[in-house]
Amino acid sequence: MLAESLALSAALFTIGVVGVLTRRNAIIVFMCVELMLNAVNLSFVALSRLYGVEGQVFVVFVMTVAAAEAAVGLAIVIAIFRHRQTVNLENINLLKG
Amino acid sequence: MSLFYTFHFYFFGVMAIASALVFVTRKSPVAAAMWLVTTMFCLAALYIMLGAEFIGAIQVLVYAGAIMVVFLFVVMLLNLGNPSEIADIRGKWAGLLASFLGIALLAQLMTLARSRVPGEVMRSPIVASWEQTPHPGGVVGLIAAPLFREYLLAFEITSVLLLAAIVGSVVIGRGRQH
Repeated sequence: MLAESLALSAALFTIGVVGVLTRRNAIIVFMCVELMLNAVNLSFVALSRLYGVEGQVFVVFVMTVAAAEAAVGLAIVIAIFRHRQTVNLENINLLKG
Repeated sequence: MSLFYTFHFYFFGVMAIASALVFVTRKSPVAAAMWLVTTMFCLAALYIMLGAEFIGAIQVLVYAGAIMVVFLFVVMLLNLGNPSEIADIRGKWAGLLASFLGIALLAQLMTLARSRVPGEVMRSPIVASWEQTPHPGGVVGLIAAPLFREYLLAFEITSVLLLAAIVGSVVIGRGRQH
C-alpha cells in the first residue's frame, strides 16, 4: 500500500498548491495550506511503516505547528478585515511597492 | 492483503481526492470547509488502516475538530458566508498556469517517490516493526516512548511555540482600541 499512499499524498499536495494559486479568498488559501500539511502527514505515516515509528512522532509535531499557524494566521486575517473590510488577496498589496 | 482491506483503502483514497477537488472549487467558504473536513476524515481512516491508530484519532480531534472549527468560526465572525460578494477564483490564465504548475509538481513528486523507494518495496506488503512485536504500552505508548525520550526537547519547545502562538494571536486579534 506504500505506492498508493505516496501517490495519494502527491495528488493531495498538488490539489493544495493549485488551490493556493487559483483562489483569492485568504481563508480558503489558509485551508489549502492545511490540505498540503495533511498530504505531507500521509506520506510520513505511510513511510513510518518502512522506517520506524519516528515518522508518526513527527506527524504529532506537524499537527501542533499547524494548529499554531491556523490560530496566528486567522488572527492576522481578522486584523486585516478590521482594517480594510475585505479578505480578498487582490486588495492586500501593501508589500507590492 | 485481503480484498476487504484493499477495497476500503482505494475507497477512502478516491473519496479523499474527490472531496479535495470539490473543496478547491467551492465558492462559499463554509461549503469549502465542510468538504475539507470530509477529506480529513478520509485521511484519518487511511491512517488507521496504515496502522497509525493514535494519529488517526488525533487527526479527527485536532484537525477535523479544533482547527476546522476555528476556520468556520472566523468565516462566520467576519460574515463571509455569502459567496456572491467574493468572486474569488482567479481568471482563465491564472487557472491554466496553476494547472500546468500542478501537473509539473505532481510528475516531480511521483518521480521523486519512485527514485527514493525501490519498486519491489513499494509493491510488497510491509509488516511494520510494531506489528511484529506489539508495544507493551499499546498504540499510545508506541508514540509516547520516542516522544518523551529521544524527542523530549523538541516536545518542550513545541509547548513554548504554542504559548507564543496564543499570546501572538491574542495581541494581533485584539485590535488597537486598548
